[in-house]
Amino acid sequence: MPNRQSQFNRQLRRMYAWYTGGFVLFVVLLAIGEQLGMPSQWIGYVFMFATIALYAGIGVMSRTADVSEYYVAGRRVPALFNGMATGADWMSAASFIGLAGTLYFSGYQGLAFVLGWTGGYCLVALLLAPYLRKFGEYTIPDFLGARYGGNLARMIGVGATILASFTYVVAQIYGVGLITSRFVGLEFEVGVFVGLAGILVCSFLGGMRAVTWTQVAQYIILILAYLIPVVILSTKVTGIPLPQAIYGQVLEKLSAKEAQLFTAPDELAVNTLYQQRADDYAAKIRGLPASLEAERTALTARLETLKVANAPAKELAAAEMGLRNMPRDEAEARRIWGDALKQADAKARPPQPHTAAHAGRNEDESDTRRLNFIALVVCLTVGTASLPHILMRYYTTPSVKEARQSVFWSLFFIFLLYVTAPAYAVFAKWEVYDTLVGTTIASLPGWVASWGKVGLVKIEDINGDGLLQLAELSLNTDVIVLATPEIAGLPYVISGLVAAGGLAAALSTADGLLLTIANAMSHDVYYKVIDPQASTQRRLVISKALLLVVALVAAYTASLKPDSILFMVGFAFSLAASAFFPALVCGVFWKRANKQGAVAGMLTGLAVSLYYASTTHPFFGGDPSNAWFGVEPISSGFFGIPAGFVVIVVVSLLTPAPDQDTQDMVENLRYPRLDGGRQGGDSDPGAY
Amino acid sequence: MQLSESHRRYWRRNLRITIVLILIWLAVTFLPIYYAQALNRITFLGWPLAFYMGAQGSLIIYVLIIGYYAWTMNRLDREHGVQED
Repeated sequence: MPNRQSQFNRQLRRMYAWYTGGFVLFVVLLAIGEQLGMPSQWIGYVFMFATIALYAGIGVMSRTADVSEYYVAGRRVPALFNGMATGADWMSAASFIGLAGTLYFSGYQGLAFVLGWTGGYCLVALLLAPYLRKFGEYTIPDFLGARYGGNLARMIGVGATILASFTYVVAQIYGVGLITSRFVGLEFEVGVFVGLAGILVCSFLGGMRAVTWTQVAQYIILILAYLIPVVILSTKVTGIPLPQAIYGQVLEKLSAKEAQLFTAPDELAVNTLYQQRADDYAAKIRGLPASLEAERTALTARLETLKVANAPAKELAAAEMGLRNMPRDEAEARRIWGDALKQADAKARPPQPHTAAHAGRNEDESDTRRLNFIALVVCLTVGTASLPHILMRYYTTPSVKEARQSVFWSLFFIFLLYVTAPAYAVFAKWEVYDTLVGTTIASLPGWVASWGKVGLVKIEDINGDGLLQLAELSLNTDVIVLATPEIAGLPYVISGLVAAGGLAAALSTADGLLLTIANAMSHDVYYKVIDPQASTQRRLVISKALLLVVALVAAYTASLKPDSILFMVGFAFSLAASAFFPALVCGVFWKRANKQGAVAGMLTGLAVSLYYASTTHPFFGGDPSNAWFGVEPISSGFFGIPAGFVVIVVVSLLTPAPDQDTQDMVENLRYPRLDGGRQGGDSDPGAY
Repeated sequence: MQLSESHRRYWRRNLRITIVLILIWLAVTFLPIYYAQALNRITFLGWPLAFYMGAQGSLIIYVLIIGYYAWTMNRLDREHGVQED
């Protein structure tokens, strides 16, 4: 049916071209509205609810009761559109809001994320996507079950899918709550459930089909929202609207500015004051528990003197506050003072220059940093090529050929954002270093106060000179992207656009993940293991019910605001990489790999990864001093992946080769068309 | 099912292409990281070279790797008569 497919492609192009034009017009109208005096609160509301209503509309239009449509969008998503959908699926709240901020603070060291999250697509393209498309079933555990004969491998796959995807989806819903609460002024918990409704309308009625077409729409919004502010900023700073090509020059100026700022006498004086504060806290912590009592006595005495001296109410209130916020016991004191010590210590010396690579105090420390950079890139790269919600997308193209092209488009669309993020960071840093630092604190721009209110910007005039030194300014990572429109002095409509983009990024990733978890449970556990005779209708009902349950559990978890969410997300990459990658790659490229080897390899990979993280990360009660070669717990896959490979190979060789049917199946995967073999390129739903 | 000589050659050529491209990926990713401190002393259009590779250069090569693979494999499919349509 090539004709029907190409007609469908033309229709899609026309539809999304109109859609993009419509969205731009919508933004322009709001901008005119703002000039005519529309309040910014309203602009926030309109952006939020108009975009969610739009996604809901696409979701309702794409409702389906067909299994193939529900699980793999009917396998007729063209390469280009699958690329956009994968882009939106891939780029989460963390990429959209957090990445530029991370690059702002860690400079070169932050590039590990950029390299890992894009390089992973090389592995997807070369080792997995075309073969999974040829296999042509519904989920990743499906592949493990078929290739490694039976339900054991399938169930381990389901377990790893849920483990990796659930932490990730909680982080997305958390991001939705953050954006809605900041820009619309809803309570965080209410925002979480509004976001949840937005996620459910997309996926509930139409499964993969609805998720695919909303993700394409969400990609268009998120990429426009990411590029527009930085293009305007670039034009403002350099006169050239191509930030990615021109920021090298700004980086040169920034490096000169850093050299000058980091050695300025005022700046060094501020550093010394922070060093003294850090030393004070260190002394207090050493003196525990006696120092806690001494501190309380001192504060009480001070309050008394102030009262006797009839001090102004403001000073009295501050002293009372200090007393009220005293740590209650030794453990709390250790934690609170420890945090304060860390914060002061970070400001006791100038930050690393933006481009410094693997800088440490000595040779050993530099080597450890370099090793950690490499380990993180390995884990993020291999993890990218192992996350089920991404791999699943390549089941939805019409053919193997389009699956290959689709990885190209995926990376191209992802590349647009990731290549812009470092530019974003440099422009924002330049604005802060060049215009903000050195101004009088009384005349700081309005965004400092408005983001200060929500605790994302802090200013402390520690040396009391009334001027802002670099070390006196604390910025939260998220604020870089969220506040750049204001930093650059752009109208509020651009801020609303950025919020809508962040929302699109979080919603689209959450949709893909929820669907992946629900499908693993309904398709792999219920249909393939519990009740293989289940009717189509029953399978879909179960699938939708599970989707609802998983979504509610995830939203509930997010509303508890777990504070180690970022670590968990990074860790999900290590887990997925250790569990899936060796078994998937050996499944295609090594016919001799068998069931025993795969099961043992997946379990070993998972176990090593979990064990390493649990002995080295405080979250699990571990201690960083247990680390091997100083590798950080987030990169536990650095050991889990090779362990998985070794065990698959050794155990497979010690046990009998897989049977002829399995070997034939592997041959079949390797050729887009093999006469006499099973064909996977069918777009007729009846064939399933 | 019987594989013809052409089928076997197709798979060997695919493996060769895959291995070469993986080696290119490894080289452009990890060499600039390993030698970052030395490379950063070289400036490229304003960027220190290691920073440029991590922020842009390697990424462009990734896109090219995948684009080349899709193009050359689709051609190889036709040459060996294993294309889908």
